[in-house]
Amino acid sequence: MSLLLMLLLVGGAIAWYSERFGKELPAKIAIVVLLMAIGFFAYLIRPVLGADSSVSDGLGFWLLVESHVWIPRFGITFSLAMDGMSLLLVGLTLLLGVVAVIASWSEIDMRAGFFHANLLWTLAGTVGVFLAVDLFLFFLFWEVMLVPMYLLIAIWGHEGRAKASMKFFIFTQSSGLLMLLAILTTAVAYVTATGEWSFSYMDWLDQPLTGPIATWVFVGFLLAFLVKLPAFPFHSWLPDAHTQAPTAGSVILAGVLLKTGAYGLLRFGVPLFPDAANTLSTPLLIIGVVGVLYGAVLAFGQQDFKRLVAYSSVSHMGFVLLGIFAWNTLAWSGAVLQMIAHGLSTAALFMIAGALQHRLHTRKLEAMGGLWRVMPRMGAMAMFFVIASVGMPGLGNFMAEFLILAGLFQAWPLLCAVAAIALVTGAVYGLSLLQQAFHGPVAEVNKSLPDLHWRDMLALGALVIGLLVLGLYPQPVIDLVMPTLNAISTMAGS
Amino acid sequence: MQLLLILVPTLPLLSATLLLLLGRNMPQRMVTALGVGSVGLAAAAVAVIARQWLMAPDPVTIVLWQWFAVQDFSVDISLHLDQLSIIWLCTITGIGFLIHLYSSEYMANDSDYSRYFAYLNLFVASMLILVLADNLLLLFLGWEGVGLCSYLLIGFWYADKANGAAARKAFLFTRAGDAVMALGLFLLVAEFNTLDIQQLVSSATDQWATGSLLPTLACALIFAGVVGKSAQLPLQTWLPDAMAGPTPVSALIHAATMVTAGIYLLTRLNGLYVLAPDVLWGVAVIGVITAVVAACAALAQNDIKRILAYSTISQLGYMFLALGIQAWEAGVMHMMTHAFFKALLFLAAGAVIECLHHEQDIRRMGGLRQRLPVPFWSFLIGSAALAALPFTAGFASKDLILLFAWEAGSGGVWLWSLAALGALITAIYSFKLIFVVFFGDLKTEPTHQPGWRMALPLGILGLFSIAGGLIVLPLDQIITIASGEPGHGLIAWISGAIPVLGVAIAYLLFQRGGIEHIGLIQSPFGRWLAGFWQGGWGMDTFYDLVIQRPYRALTQWWRNEPVDLLVAGVTSTATRIHSVLAATQNGSLGRYITVMVAGLILMLALLQGGVS
Repeated sequence: MSLLLMLLLVGGAIAWYSERFGKELPAKIAIVVLLMAIGFFAYLIRPVLGADSSVSDGLGFWLLVESHVWIPRFGITFSLAMDGMSLLLVGLTLLLGVVAVIASWSEIDMRAGFFHANLLWTLAGTVGVFLAVDLFLFFLFWEVMLVPMYLLIAIWGHEGRAKASMKFFIFTQSSGLLMLLAILTTAVAYVTATGEWSFSYMDWLDQPLTGPIATWVFVGFLLAFLVKLPAFPFHSWLPDAHTQAPTAGSVILAGVLLKTGAYGLLRFGVPLFPDAANTLSTPLLIIGVVGVLYGAVLAFGQQDFKRLVAYSSVSHMGFVLLGIFAWNTLAWSGAVLQMIAHGLSTAALFMIAGALQHRLHTRKLEAMGGLWRVMPRMGAMAMFFVIASVGMPGLGNFMAEFLILAGLFQAWPLLCAVAAIALVTGAVYGLSLLQQAFHGPVAEVNKSLPDLHWRDMLALGALVIGLLVLGLYPQPVIDLVMPTLNAISTMAGS
Repeated sequence: MQLLLILVPTLPLLSATLLLLLGRNMPQRMVTALGVGSVGLAAAAVAVIARQWLMAPDPVTIVLWQWFAVQDFSVDISLHLDQLSIIWLCTITGIGFLIHLYSSEYMANDSDYSRYFAYLNLFVASMLILVLADNLLLLFLGWEGVGLCSYLLIGFWYADKANGAAARKAFLFTRAGDAVMALGLFLLVAEFNTLDIQQLVSSATDQWATGSLLPTLACALIFAGVVGKSAQLPLQTWLPDAMAGPTPVSALIHAATMVTAGIYLLTRLNGLYVLAPDVLWGVAVIGVITAVVAACAALAQNDIKRILAYSTISQLGYMFLALGIQAWEAGVMHMMTHAFFKALLFLAAGAVIECLHHEQDIRRMGGLRQRLPVPFWSFLIGSAALAALPFTAGFASKDLILLFAWEAGSGGVWLWSLAALGALITAIYSFKLIFVVFFGDLKTEPTHQPGWRMALPLGILGLFSIAGGLIVLPLDQIITIASGEPGHGLIAWISGAIPVLGVAIAYLLFQRGGIEHIGLIQSPFGRWLAGFWQGGWGMDTFYDLVIQRPYRALTQWWRNEPVDLLVAGVTSTATRIHSVLAATQNGSLGRYITVMVAGLILMLALLQGGVS
């Protein structure tokens, strides 16, 4: 697993260096690196897939573990572990990495090498976040993920990039510092209890923190994850960051970076501090519902294609929060599916947004309209992904939201009824987006735009297939995460 | 037979996929072959299945694959064939095929020919999945798929924004019902941990007391979805606007697919609904009110397609009335006969419209009896069946509903009276159409006659609209409680005479020009009422004021992110503090010394205070 990380980090450096030999070379290198990473990843998981062979280490749901001594003085180790959940998310990260490179193929004409280096590094950071089981290492990767993303927005972003990137950085960094504080507090508490330093997730699970301090520490983690998710009212960095980021940045940001928040809650928040999490579940569910509806209302009000999709993310990620704190396996499996399905559909929508901006030099919906006639391939793709995100049965997003709401109903029927309003408001902004951009009369200036390139169709086609599989046969995915969710369920005592 | 059954929804689905992916580069002939042929083959398969099945009428369940399983809650992708689904299969594929055939001529000159057939096939496939689904989630897939396809087809000519708005309206109104319906499904999952229809009904019968809270709640929630999809009060307003799509699409929506889905679902869940008598009573009341309200609205329309649209809403009301009073067979029967004559009427209307250069206003039509004989005879038969004149298919089913209503317990008289009033109005407006469009003076000269691909479906549907009432529906395995035979007394004669009376009134009013001489109709109140009815009883205005405008206002108000003001507040406070503090470091030595001395004095004073 560390080789996978190494591949991405070194690949980034090579891509940077290669820019002096050709304009398209960094992109090509990035693609090759990512395909190699996917190949290597497939090689890694091949023995553990299908077979019923979890590593007999502690919890019984890890598929792969790896550990190196790093800073023994403080019990810090370079420990990585993969279970079904992280396997899925790493897979998603690598896939969307390829999509991101394809999406920005002709968009980046300045410092392409450094761009792709940052792209690969932020991917490496994300993969690290999904794999790290030493909390110190986790924090390190958290930072590795954020800084290159900040640079991507700040250097290659659109007109308002300076403010947007700063906002992104301050939001995530300050909440990240709270998380660092929480990590250190837990470590100190661990020393006090056992006399030994350790940042290991498994050790911490054995020695759970109790009392009021647990609640405070949980809140420290929680804030970092809520900002990342993003949950209402910590979401306001996201529309700016998404809108201003280059296409690849938006794809990665929406597709995988947001998922680190949900992942963190499921991996660390709930199992490490089950009581604190359970106590706070009511307010968290309420901000989840508020986020779902608030995001939908604001999405409908937007006139900027990317901003609209960004707010739709706030709404859809609110469902993830609901799923996590509905506190049963049904809803959790829905939350995991939602992470993947939303990753795929939103990445595709941002890719389409990027393609539109590249052709029209604007993101304003008023400047669009009737584009189906001009670019039928793009129109059909946009329609598919809008319909997916509206929650059409048979596609991944529906599956996820159905499981989340069915799980939520068992615990909180009224809250579920309120959240179900989003099934309508979601359709309101979805159809409005589709119709404003692709239906209606076409403007004279837009009459001769080129349709999507075959490269784009290939990337989008992969996402289409992914959503269809998730919608019609999600069982392999559910089976992959079920051991983890069952273990969490035991730890959370639900 | 299993393979055949799987093929029934798969053929149109496959054809839709092919057309969507490759249709733009296909020759038109091939598109026709795929689009029409796939539904034709599906219809043929259904015919074979029906024949085999008549010999051994046992329900068949085919599990295709396990959809998903979380812990012990699992849902399969599985098909279920029984008496109820076979009735719908025959209707959908049979009428669907005729509409496809008709479309191949009607849409021949459209530049998006292949996209049209792709959506049309997908529509049929979704509806087939809906009626074949063995569990409520797969049914919901078909249910939403039907909604999506109606959206796509209503907004088919997307260059016109009005079509897009109509399409969006249809989708959102039905979706609002569906969201509530989904809650019903969640309730069933929470209670029984399954969505399998057979299991649900049997566990509910075992565990739930008749009339208790949970079955009432579950049935009411699911009925909300039905109200949306089958265009009943108060969610009916999308259907008249759905006319924006090509006319054969209207035939498909109104006859074979979409709106009859609600009838199907209630009948399918009849074992559950008998546990909720209050909800059933509500179904009957909503049904009969919708029947009258929509009939009045139909009377006031001038657009030929809108008349037919309101008549559909009204006829669906009759079906729900039947289901609500547990005359299940009568409801299903009326669904089928209505499918025949409504498809006939829409296709005939399409022929008229097309032959008159897309003229839809009946005030600019007239005297077409001899000019367009095929549409005339089709319309005559269709209107007679719609009015439920004796010896038509419509009579067979609607008369049954009226008689059952009469016998439906304490409120039966009221239900019958309203239903009879609706029947009278129905007869009036259906023959208003005939007299205004086909008699009188010629106002617009038709340009051509419909070809065979349009005429043939009209002929076949005409035949069924008359003889369809003779079909005996097998439903004994579906309906647990027999409805019995309604009585034949004076009331039967009255019920039968009402449509004839309606036709007579229509003749006097519209053929003899009586409408000009009745003071009430020409009075200001009469005109206001006509306008009110024409606008669909002001429901659109109501929704506009109560939902649409407030929601738009809210989005405008929040558009710039109120939460961000808080963040901006933090930033501006920081900036202000910065400017205050920056002023202290202006590099002026004098100021520094002054402040330092002042500080010293303050400190000493405080120390003094502390000492003393």
